[in-house]
Amino acid sequence: MHPFAYTKPADTRSALVAGARGGRYIAGGTTLVDLMRETVERPGTLVDISGLPLRDVRTGERRELRIGALARMSDVAAHPRVRSAYPVVSQALELSASAQLRNMATIGGNIMQRTRCTYFRDVSAACNKRQRGSGCAALEGYNRSHAILGTSDACVATHPSDLAVALAALDTVVHLLGPDGERSLTLTEFLLRPGSTPDREHDLRPGELITALEIPPHPQPLRSGYLKVRDRQSYEFALTSAAVVLHITGGVIRDARVAAGGVGTVPWRLTAVERRLVGARPSDRLWAQAAAEASHGARPLRHNGFKTELLERTVERQLRTVGGTP
Amino acid sequence: MSAEISNDDPDVEVPEVSRRGFLSTTAAGGVAAGVLPSSLAAGRADASAGRAAPSGGQSSALSVTVNGRRHQVTVDNRTSLLDLLRERLALTGTKKGCDQGACGACTVLVDDRRVNACLTLAVRCEGAEVTTIEGLAAQDGERDGELHALQRAFIEQDAFQCGYCTPGQIMSGVACIREGHTGSREEIREWMSGNICRCGCYVKIVNAVEQAARGGRD
Repeated sequence: MHPFAYTKPADTRSALVAGARGGRYIAGGTTLVDLMRETVERPGTLVDISGLPLRDVRTGERRELRIGALARMSDVAAHPRVRSAYPVVSQALELSASAQLRNMATIGGNIMQRTRCTYFRDVSAACNKRQRGSGCAALEGYNRSHAILGTSDACVATHPSDLAVALAALDTVVHLLGPDGERSLTLTEFLLRPGSTPDREHDLRPGELITALEIPPHPQPLRSGYLKVRDRQSYEFALTSAAVVLHITGGVIRDARVAAGGVGTVPWRLTAVERRLVGARPSDRLWAQAAAEASHGARPLRHNGFKTELLERTVERQLRTVGGTP
Repeated sequence: MSAEISNDDPDVEVPEVSRRGFLSTTAAGGVAAGVLPSSLAAGRADASAGRAAPSGGQSSALSVTVNGRRHQVTVDNRTSLLDLLRERLALTGTKKGCDQGACGACTVLVDDRRVNACLTLAVRCEGAEVTTIEGLAAQDGERDGELHALQRAFIEQDAFQCGYCTPGQIMSGVACIREGHTGSREEIREWMSGNICRCGCYVKIVNAVEQAARGGRD
């Protein structure tokens, strides 16, 4: 690990000053410390933001749910309103990592976590995400776990977060605070596809802090759930996953939000699947037809061709689980 | 190694012949070379775990309570809580397995929550209360030294073979019971999944957690 200076600001203003000077924010640290030890990350100064008052989970006047960026994964997963209103969020969280890591990691840090691509983590391998222009060892290497959607010739690494998949399905908004003030954008806008600059993973300006994630109000009643498929039963990243959110009244699907994980360079909204669902009546046939659209546009690599069918099956099963069969 | 610790840390009591000192001595003689698998990172601490702190604002003074005892130390900012415990405070019960948050061998409680000590920077533990495997047994009066219910359950259920993951399993199990995630064997398995056992003692580990949870003592 490279040497670094450490500072722990007492308030948000001081944190922003330290961030503007080039300090690197650290929240839970579960990704950052790991990558620093591998020398993938080499911050000169760590700005410990764990003392900032950004930990609340609260419901706003419009029934939106505002989750402070420093709320821990375990606390958000256990939060009564999250559990009752958005099972897809609590399930995605509790299917992530381990109880220990969920006690450490924060919500803001979760969406900022970096890819598990082994070539990214190996400083002796070519990786455009780690060093722009150095090439991509995964393209011709062992790429079983890599992405099939949103890839480019420069990068095929997946975004590893389960939570981000659930939040993308719910049109979650990211609130930011920087030297120039506050701004907000959707999570889908915030996380960037690799294109020719895979080292740019998000639209975060220098010194900016994530202050909160906000799930906007959704029509009620709302059914939702998260399914994660992986190589072992627990404590593993997704091969494929599906977040399904449905609003059904009078036996008709009025609103459908479906997103996939483990397959995209960013959390992947399955808009073609959603279009098939809206206005239709739940049935096994519908779930199968809609799920067949899930891998639309997929570009499998040498070792991950199985993900195309696995994704469709994952989506179909989770549509049936959440939507039921009349 | 024990001499290095006792020289540097007057607040730490080091037995005359520590287990680590014994192992390092015998390993040097080749006797115990097979005892410590080279794949384990146990003996490898970051250079940053050493006593010498770099200049230029890259070290920090720290006050942390471990097993009820307060320690004031100056650490290189790179030092993990795990290395602080093992290399500086001579609390080697907490194990270093993967050193990357993937195995759970380093599980300790920080402010009563189970965490991976390998991914916790010591400098961030200012003011924290840390509990390690050494702090589980009773430390007062007539019951001094009496094992925690889960420690007894691990012995009674024969829930380990090599024992390397056991301190982490027990610390994680104590938290799992406190959290109330022991409603079924399946629930215990899921909430203990952050602790890997390469000997494959999972069935008996679940037995032990189940037994201690039913016993009610925490």
